[in-house]
Amino acid sequence: MKNPEEIFEILKREFDETLLSIDNSAPTEPIINIAPIGIMKVSRFLRDTEELKFDSLMVLSGVDEANGIKIKDEDGVETITGGNLSVYYHLYSTTLRHKITLKVTTSRDDPQVESVESVWKCADWHEREAYDMFGIIFLNHPDLRRILMPYDWEAGYPLRKDYKNPEFYQGMKVPY
Amino acid sequence: MGLLDKEFSDGNIVIARVDDLMNWARLSSIWQLGFGLACCAIEMMATSASHYDFDRFGVIPRNTPRQSDAIIISGTVTLKMAIRIKRLYEQMPDPKYIISMGSCANCGGPYWEHGYHVLKGIDRVIPVDVYVPGCPPRPEALLEGLLKLQEKIRNETLRIKSA
Repeated sequence: MKNPEEIFEILKREFDETLLSIDNSAPTEPIINIAPIGIMKVSRFLRDTEELKFDSLMVLSGVDEANGIKIKDEDGVETITGGNLSVYYHLYSTTLRHKITLKVTTSRDDPQVESVESVWKCADWHEREAYDMFGIIFLNHPDLRRILMPYDWEAGYPLRKDYKNPEFYQGMKVPY
Repeated sequence: MGLLDKEFSDGNIVIARVDDLMNWARLSSIWQLGFGLACCAIEMMATSASHYDFDRFGVIPRNTPRQSDAIIISGTVTLKMAIRIKRLYEQMPDPKYIISMGSCANCGGPYWEHGYHVLKGIDRVIPVDVYVPGCPPRPEALLEGLLKLQEKIRNETLRIKSA
């Protein structure tokens, strides 16, 4: 069993300093930040290393940080330019019983993150959900389609903070 | 002579209006499409089960739209599902009836404002005969909804279909 600081030390020995950092300021457990290109390598290491053995990806979730420039037009409709989208990975080792939280931050305008589907199979649908709700592109994902919304949904990504619902979808009125 | 002659001469003839006979037949065996959506479907299943016994009103689930008379919209209708429901409804033979069960199917329910994916009322897509309020409605409420539908069918005529 290892705490996040110890896990971070192990990662630092293995990987380039520019790839990762640790955030102790969160009120929860410390979060390890990882670069969008490189998360796959780190994930594979976390899974396969004898002293870590993170065999379970409990959840993978997208977050809209909404830290870009917010512009309100005269109707009060807000649009956000720039800023970040994030992906959180909550890992657990069922044999060593320790947990870790990883975070990958990418730009909101061109959100691209490496897929970890090849490391944990369950990431397949989680990544499809994050794509569906936030529009995060997971590189090397085998089947990156929408999973919840209709395949022909063209109004954007519903959980982005500046999402606007359409008036109509296939002839059906959407607002109340 | 034969048995039939004897039966008829005994006056075993029931005279009824065609309307009444048709309506009685229709309202006494409403086969519902086996179709559930959300937590309302759990209540609907409870209504079908032995304690509330939907079958005593002639309601049995039929797993094809082509042989069912009614569809109970039991739950939240997403926009994605609405297209499928419309297709199922169009496959049902006339006369066909719709019970909208619960707040979600009636008007969007708790998703009325922020439910980007929810159709705010199934009556935007297909015509509803009976609305059953509740979130979810208890089996008693669904039973009353069915009785209301039976009442509606009882007052139909062959000339003008009210539903």
